[in-house]
Amino acid sequence: MNTWRVVRPGIVVVLLLGLLGVPLWLVFITSAKSRGDALSPSLSLPRDGWHLAANYTEVFTEGRVWKAFFGSLSIVLPSTVLLLLLGAMAAWVLARRSGIVIAVLYAIGISGIVLPPAVITLVLLLRQLTIDGTLSGMVLVYTGIYMSTAIFFITGFIRTIPAELEEAARVDGAGPVRIFFTIILPLLRPVLATATILICLYIWNDVFYAFFVIGGRKDTLPLNLFQVASAGLYLNNWHLIFAYVVLMSLPLLVVFAVAQRRIISGITGGAVK
Amino acid sequence: MRASSRPAQPWWFLAPAFAVLIVFFLVPTLYNLIYAFTDWSSFKTAINPVGLQNFRDLLGNGILLKDLRTTVIYAALVALFQNLFGLVLALLLESDTRLNRFARVMFFIPVIMSALAVGYIFQALLKPTGALNAILGWFAGHEVQHAWLADSWTLLYVALIHAWKWMGLAMLIYLAGLKTIGVDVLEAARIDGAGAWQTFRQVRFPLLAPAVTFNVATALLGSMNSFDIVQATTGGGPAQSTEILNIFIYRTFGQGLFAQATTMSLVLLLVIAVMAFPTIWVLRRREQVL
Repeated sequence: MNTWRVVRPGIVVVLLLGLLGVPLWLVFITSAKSRGDALSPSLSLPRDGWHLAANYTEVFTEGRVWKAFFGSLSIVLPSTVLLLLLGAMAAWVLARRSGIVIAVLYAIGISGIVLPPAVITLVLLLRQLTIDGTLSGMVLVYTGIYMSTAIFFITGFIRTIPAELEEAARVDGAGPVRIFFTIILPLLRPVLATATILICLYIWNDVFYAFFVIGGRKDTLPLNLFQVASAGLYLNNWHLIFAYVVLMSLPLLVVFAVAQRRIISGITGGAVK
Repeated sequence: MRASSRPAQPWWFLAPAFAVLIVFFLVPTLYNLIYAFTDWSSFKTAINPVGLQNFRDLLGNGILLKDLRTTVIYAALVALFQNLFGLVLALLLESDTRLNRFARVMFFIPVIMSALAVGYIFQALLKPTGALNAILGWFAGHEVQHAWLADSWTLLYVALIHAWKWMGLAMLIYLAGLKTIGVDVLEAARIDGAGAWQTFRQVRFPLLAPAVTFNVATALLGSMNSFDIVQATTGGGPAQSTEILNIFIYRTFGQGLFAQATTMSLVLLLVIAVMAFPTIWVLRRREQVL
């Protein structure tokens, strides 16, 4: 057992270096190379000088990073707010009432966890509603796709909260809207935090649904990375691809670095119930 | 007192969530059932019903069945590796040392990164002149130039990349599961003379059942619906050997063959439903046996 105690940290360090160190180093060092030097990406240091500033400036000007950043932000923020608010309202009713109607509604409510969205006909529907290619259309699509996830997580959490608190408020004459916003919503803070993280991860990084709904008409970070990487002009321009990868990963990495303890405990606390 | 005999949650609280869910999730799914039986495409102005023609076409040229098989194999491989990696990491990083806490945070970084970016990183790593071959060559003592993303095992490697991206999340869930196992249970096993492996096989792994359910189900569903990693590493190649259903849908949609893409989308929905419900049911039953 004692040898294991000595060997284990060694294994952890080797895994960290091999599984994470190599890919992350490759991204960073390639984004610092000249075009010729980056043609076949390797782990070695730049041969003809560091081009960090030049590469990142080029991505900023050619890759429309700012536009894409605000595009991503203006989709993620409203989608998340809508999902949490509407999801929590529905989950409150689904968790507290009972009966066959509620059971059926709950099954419909969480059906999106298992079933994949019908992405082609979604585009047709948006066209019929004349909101195809718009940011609001994209927000509503994400809200529809991830509503089941929100309802599932929040309903499960509300069931573990005793109902006495809200009953006391009701006896005191508080209406449902007031009870929901002053008692229920604050109690939901832990599960809302977990749901926020998962939803933000999915939406911020999504390229598949964004391609069908707003591809070519609005910019988001993943959509632009996709363009940067597939466009003929950029073909095999690994230095620019990886500079873009670093730039688009930074916002989430910063948020994660600041809040990692809460994020990790939120996910571990919420998942296995 | 009369007030508290009625539930306080008004029905209309359900309305906004269900309105969005019905319009932007369920209606497209219903449309899917209708348009899969039409000739809808970008080449025609009218949409006409064609019966089972799309299904016959897809079955006839073999792509549907091949892609279907590829998708199912891919999902099974991802579910296997993601859980294996996640569990090994969780067992390795279980005790709360400073190094382990640091490692847990680091292994979560791939989860945060975009799957598209992960795909490009591994495309660069696995090129014939890429970093993996350089490392292997250094160990072997001679040059290695294997084209990892163009051999007959490419589907396996892409599944490994997918599992690599998500293993941090599986690890966290397993860590949470390990934490819920009481100290007294482990103590009892130790007093009974069980070794580390026996304790794991007979006590700890069975008690991890809820975490297994969650991880296997999410890995299966997530990888059935995967797109970014495969698109960024292989684009479906070589020779369509890694073409999963969403790559096909993306490709067919780009060609303007909307009805065919819709048919494929309907098939994906059916396959996921057929695979998911029994899997979840079996795993849930496993939990209750204990």
